[in-house]
Amino acid sequence: MRIICPHCGARDRREFTYQGDAVALERPAPDAGGAAWDDYLHNRENPAGVTRDLWYHEQGCGAWLVVTRNTVTHAVLTTDLAATVREGLA
Amino acid sequence: MADLTAKTPCAGLLPLSIGTLTLTEVDPGHMTAVAPLKGQTSALSEALKTAHGMALPAPNRATGKDGARTIWFGHAHSLLIGPAPDPSLAQYAALTDQSDAWAVVRLEGPGAADVLARLTPLDLRAPQFKRGHTARTDLMHMMASITRTGPQAFQIMVFRSMAHTLVHDLKTAIEAVTARAG
Ligand SMILES: [Zn+2]
Repeated sequence: MRIICPHCGARDRREFTYQGDAVALERPAPDAGGAAWDDYLHNRENPAGVTRDLWYHEQGCGAWLVVTRNTVTHAVLTTDLAATVREGLA
Repeated sequence: MADLTAKTPCAGLLPLSIGTLTLTEVDPGHMTAVAPLKGQTSALSEALKTAHGMALPAPNRATGKDGARTIWFGHAHSLLIGPAPDPSLAQYAALTDQSDAWAVVRLEGPGAADVLARLTPLDLRAPQFKRGHTARTDLMHMMASITRTGPQAFQIMVFRSMAHTLVHDLKTAIEAVTARAG
């Protein structure tokens, strides 16, 4: 499996560390309510198909990435800098 | 106050010469992490040109030459190697002194890329990885910075605490490549 880092290009999976669902970039407002915070903290999809996760290019440039991949085919579809994705949400 | 003696990271380990390949320690001088403040990348590059004679490198690139070099060092920062950072840089970038924090070595000779091929997953052969190209990558599980500084020469950096492991792994790979060539 290879991940295309926006900075470094195609790199072997061994250079990356997996963190979890990219929902971590969408932290609810403090007053969003119990349901929103419950979803954010505890409830995760477990899709057979396309999923968006945070990966850290630890043995490379040190950037956090949002990697969109298919859990069935193992295809890596897109990668973006988490910083860029976060700015897009703001 | 104790009378302390400064030692380089690879003191007692280098230089070494095997076959046609040499591995030497580089005395880098000052090393400073240079992280542009938001929106100040172009202004920082101009200030770096004025103060130190080289532009801020694009990702995966190095600027300058032996003695005064800036290498891209990862997401949103570069490493100025050689001169002490000019104070003018501070208004455009966060500057962090990294002097003595990294072991810096130079691998040179025919087959240098073949040596690195045994230690890192990257293709560092000349058509792919030219003079002035740099990469942050994995070198035998160490977080490394590798820069091509000549047709058959690479600068390799790892954390100072890993200097012994770096020299051991490079020496083993040099011996293997030399044996295959012989
Ligand atoms: Zn990267």
